[in-house]
Amino acid sequence: MSTVTTDQQAQPAADAPIVLETVVVRSWKAPIAFGIFTVIAFLLFIIWHRDGNSTFRLSSDGDLIQLPTVVLPATVTGIVVTILLAGVTALSAYLVTTGKKVPLWLITVFGVLFMVGFLSWAAAGKAIPITGLLLGTVALSVPLIFGALGGVISERVGVVNIAIEGQLLAGAFSSAFVASLTGNAFLGLIAAMIAGMLVSFLLAAFSIKYLVDQVIVGVVLNVLVVGLTSFLYSQVLTKDENLFNNPPKFPRINIPILSEIPLIGPVLFRQTIIIYLMYIAVAVVFFCLFYTRWGLRLRAVGEHPQAADTVGINVNRTRFWNVALAGAIVGLGGAYFTLGSVGAFNKEMTAGAGYIALAAVIFGRWDPLKATLAALLFGFTQNLQFALSAIGSPVPSAFMLMLPYVVTIFAVAGLVGISRGPAAAGKPYVKG
Amino acid sequence: MKLQLRGITKRFGALTANDHIDLTVEPGEIHALLGENGAGKSTLMNVLYGLYQADEGEILLDDVVQHFQGPGDAMSAGIGMVHQHFMLIPVFTVAENVMLGHEQTRSGGRLDVAAARKRVSDISERFGFSLDPDAIVGDLPVGVQQRVEIVKALSRNANVLVFDEPTAVLTPQETDELMAIMKQLRDEGTSIVFITHKLREVREVADRITVIRLGKVVGEASPTATNAELASLMVGRPVELTVHKEAPKLGGATFTVRDLSVIDHLGQLVVNSVSFEVQEGEVLAIAGVQGNGQTELTEAILGLQPHTKGSIKLDGVELVGSTPRKVLDAGVGFVPEDRSEDGLVKQFTIAENLMLDRSTGAPFVKAGNVQRGYRDDFAREKSKEFDVRSQGIESPAGSLSGGNQQKVVLARELSRDLRLFVAAQPTRGIDVGSIEFVHKRIVATRDAGIPVIVVSTELDEVVALADRIAVMYRGGIVGIVPANTPREILGLMMAGELPAGAAA
Amino acid sequence: MSDTTHNPPGTVQPVAPGETPTDTTQPRSNKVLAEILNSSVVISILAVVLAMIAGAILIALTDPKVHAAAGYFLARPGDTIAAVWQSATGAYGALFQGAIYNFKRPDFLNGIRPLTETLTFATPLILAGLGVGLAFRVGMFNIGGRGQMLIAAACAGWVGFTLDLPPVVHLLVAVAAGIIGGAFWGGIVGLLKARTGAHEVIITIMLNYVAFYLITFMLSTQGLLQAPGSNVPKSAAMAPNAVLPKLLGDRYNLHAGFLLALIAVVFVWWLFSRSSIGFRFRAVGENPNAARVAGIDVKNTYVYAMLLSGGLIGLAGVSQVLGTVTSGFDNGIDAGIGFDAITVALLGRSRPGGILIAGILFGALKAGGYSMQATQGVNVPIDIVLVLQALIVLFIAAPPLVRAIFFLPKPDGSPRVSRRAAKKEVSA
Repeated sequence: MSTVTTDQQAQPAADAPIVLETVVVRSWKAPIAFGIFTVIAFLLFIIWHRDGNSTFRLSSDGDLIQLPTVVLPATVTGIVVTILLAGVTALSAYLVTTGKKVPLWLITVFGVLFMVGFLSWAAAGKAIPITGLLLGTVALSVPLIFGALGGVISERVGVVNIAIEGQLLAGAFSSAFVASLTGNAFLGLIAAMIAGMLVSFLLAAFSIKYLVDQVIVGVVLNVLVVGLTSFLYSQVLTKDENLFNNPPKFPRINIPILSEIPLIGPVLFRQTIIIYLMYIAVAVVFFCLFYTRWGLRLRAVGEHPQAADTVGINVNRTRFWNVALAGAIVGLGGAYFTLGSVGAFNKEMTAGAGYIALAAVIFGRWDPLKATLAALLFGFTQNLQFALSAIGSPVPSAFMLMLPYVVTIFAVAGLVGISRGPAAAGKPYVKG
Repeated sequence: MKLQLRGITKRFGALTANDHIDLTVEPGEIHALLGENGAGKSTLMNVLYGLYQADEGEILLDDVVQHFQGPGDAMSAGIGMVHQHFMLIPVFTVAENVMLGHEQTRSGGRLDVAAARKRVSDISERFGFSLDPDAIVGDLPVGVQQRVEIVKALSRNANVLVFDEPTAVLTPQETDELMAIMKQLRDEGTSIVFITHKLREVREVADRITVIRLGKVVGEASPTATNAELASLMVGRPVELTVHKEAPKLGGATFTVRDLSVIDHLGQLVVNSVSFEVQEGEVLAIAGVQGNGQTELTEAILGLQPHTKGSIKLDGVELVGSTPRKVLDAGVGFVPEDRSEDGLVKQFTIAENLMLDRSTGAPFVKAGNVQRGYRDDFAREKSKEFDVRSQGIESPAGSLSGGNQQKVVLARELSRDLRLFVAAQPTRGIDVGSIEFVHKRIVATRDAGIPVIVVSTELDEVVALADRIAVMYRGGIVGIVPANTPREILGLMMAGELPAGAAA
Repeated sequence: MSDTTHNPPGTVQPVAPGETPTDTTQPRSNKVLAEILNSSVVISILAVVLAMIAGAILIALTDPKVHAAAGYFLARPGDTIAAVWQSATGAYGALFQGAIYNFKRPDFLNGIRPLTETLTFATPLILAGLGVGLAFRVGMFNIGGRGQMLIAAACAGWVGFTLDLPPVVHLLVAVAAGIIGGAFWGGIVGLLKARTGAHEVIITIMLNYVAFYLITFMLSTQGLLQAPGSNVPKSAAMAPNAVLPKLLGDRYNLHAGFLLALIAVVFVWWLFSRSSIGFRFRAVGENPNAARVAGIDVKNTYVYAMLLSGGLIGLAGVSQVLGTVTSGFDNGIDAGIGFDAITVALLGRSRPGGILIAGILFGALKAGGYSMQATQGVNVPIDIVLVLQALIVLFIAAPPLVRAIFFLPKPDGSPRVSRRAAKKEVSA
């Protein structure tokens, strides 16, 4: 038996990516979904049409620059929109038959068209203040966006964060309590961050040190925080509401010039400090996640912890502190409930916002910007319900309230395609 | 740099994985560490690399005692490692992978990607291969990914480089190229530790050989030692080196595959128009480097691949479109390549695993109830017949060694009335004794007149078991050749080339 | 060169990653005590004790009487300690008297009433806990108990107050309707997971809210679930024929739902330890890949498991609407049981017997919690029960923590991860 010596033969270009022959996989999901919505549009906007003009007010009194009010005839708008929707559906079907994918912008166009049709149908004979609608959207989205940012960081580093709800609630409680006692809203903000971080410490300790399933810890932590805050609310806060549950609210700050931009100005730049903090947080998290050493290491730990370990990154420490950071960010969102909007703490006042934030993380595919947009979308549908019931909506409010959840189910059921989370999220890292 | 390990001992609970191991690697030499699977080679290297802390003993670099708390310390001391399972992040680019852990930043904390790109190009040019720093690692072939691993280690100025089973995933040609790189590194003064179980490679490239067995150093050998000497040193007894089998007694071609294609979720043809047939009483071995469609081919036969085109006929019955249940009922026995993930439920007992694919009817199930008496009798009988060494049929399968786990899978599959037997990587990661047993059972199955398909990436196993060899490359079958085809031809075929006149 | 049957020496050993032979020989001496101390039963008991201690600290810390005594702690520290002691014992005394036996009542039949209350509270907890536990063992996390209970309650309730059927038949039809409702809502989850790969945690959370708003809408719409002529979002009362009979006479609230729970415990036990379906359920739960290769239809298994899980949780809704609150229901009929059930299943380690005991324990906490809240001079908010529940589960999930607190020796072997955590892909 001798050793085989092979001649050095020229290799087929080995360092080119593997290219296998491919066939076209057609996905009919988008055209089918479009078709269903087009039928709904046809039924609602044309068969069950509502007459009258729909008025959209784009400016409120006192704005420096007044935009004209848009008036649409409801029935005609409905017919036009339905035809356009049918066109988009046909286009998507054509794209699929020719083996192309339905692009994201087409889905966006479809969504916006449907929304215009729906609004003009629902508001027939009435007026919708668009500024108010968007303002409310931002208000409802704030906790969702903070929650989603925390969720993105936590999941990107490999820890599934179901405890967003608990972090929000803990933040809301402690900010109200501390701000009331000290009379200082900023101290309340800091307390909220600390409270969110404490919940994170528990999540991190149990999932990283004791290897408890991360989803289980998250769910149980939510129960714990609901119990604790409700207990302390009944036992302490209600004993003297004035002393313990009367936090100062942040004042609105108008940003010069920017706040005078029509439509956008009043919505985005006449807000409280928490919302300005939110803008900064979104930008900073996005930049840092993709362009800094911190982000690179964080993502490495979430994708392939062992590889990170072998280049000298301490996996569990990275996870622990980034989960803590995530908790602090979510805590800020909690503070918004008490210091930004409501003005006092109530039992279970977050009412599932944490779960919607979680949905935004997935909907936004673990990307801070997309998750923010998803959170805004959810905030919009929630607020639309309020706006529509204020003008006497033809749709029962329960169905409007249901919308974000139904949308999320459609989303995770693959309407927008399979998306891949961080590979190691949910898995504890044990050396060896 | 001179590396010395002195009296390294590492225990896991009651198990001693490394028992007072001494090892010296001189600068500019390739030192092979040879040992069976489970002998403790990888544990030793993980101690060296700071991933594990040794219970006893010390590590010296140039006669200075080192105290590694983690891989970071080992790297800054000049130790680099090319891992068996690449420690690369698939969604990152080559440059990002190379810079990870020692990133340079510019103003504002921004990553200096340009510097990392340059570093990748500089190092890869030194060794005469090209790497695109911006390619996503997950898209690269494994051979190239390994080069990324090497570049990653060298970019930290490693003076001691450990290669852990580096050739497992390479074609013979890629292996030769790797050997050349290792020699070049050695000539530049790098100390190299080469961990392997492949004697051929050791003898070709090593300057010195240390053999370990059951966690202990059992001897040193020179590259001139014979294979038989090395093998018996490694295993601790004379090894049965041959697979005895008679000439095949061929029956009809009862299993035929025509124009079979498998499409993955990206639309790629991972199996591309494959046709072959297997006769009763013959072993068709499917050779090829890992990841060229063999896995998907066997899964398609079993009905596990959702998008399959073409035809698979067993005894004239079409199997494409059948559920795994129907395929199993048609008489297909299947040993999956990832035994612990696809072959067994580790938390289940041996007895439960032995009835895993027969939970729908008699004799194991009657009136919806599991027949526990029958199950246990069956398990006892089969454990004995297949020499499963355990503490009893109630032991969880996960507590068994790899070889015994494989025997459980084999016992389950060979206990049914088979019309076809498919074994994927049947001896991967198991001890020599079990390998001999598995090979005997495969040959016995063939001699019983059952068509057998064996998929293996180990050319030696292919040559030993096959009556005919089909070589796969990028989803297609390059050719089907007789078992006595020379290795260099098979090697070329594994790289996608079919030399003239080689076809059978 | 040798012939083709000759195998080159020594090259027949492919190597698998990270494989280490498992050592099965352990020294047996002095292990017995350690094993007892580390058994899951002991850990469970210690976890409950720890949670109670933590709860006591919380109660004492927020008790005004303790604050008052602490005001002059340096002068008379004994007063503070006494106040803390009284605060804790007062609360837990009230808990005991509300959950097991009330010594203040004159006779046994009155005194034992709290225990029957405990069993009444335990009934839906056991049923829903079995449902959650069943899903756990098939590798799924059913957080959708709330939605499944609501839909089940609506179905059973609708049959209960609209139809006019003879005794027994009416009850059976109503119970069946509830099971079907819960199974349907759970089955959606299984179907979506099986067909689209959507993650069940997200789906169940979302379906909870969908069910809540759906039921809210139906409860405030005439002709659907709203009581005729009413304008409150509440249903009409159940017809007498559809009500689960009281087990111990009208003096006690304990109803036949408890028998359903016991039957369900036996059924789930049979399912997992004797039946072939349960065998496949467990195989899929432990290793879906191996199950698939072994010819088990994993996707259908997910659907069946979620149908069963939803059906069991549906029974919890039935027990609420036909047993505990028969005067008509609103959208809070689930009473948080869907989430409590998760803690019940975790505490009971997804085993039917364990869930029975855990359900009774948490039922006792609930029954006693109301008594703690109502008892004069104690007045601890019922929310403390949630805290206790969460703490118990956290401690149980982390045996090393409990061992560290009680200085117990370490067991051999690697730490146990409580559930397979495989979330490579969440489709969105």
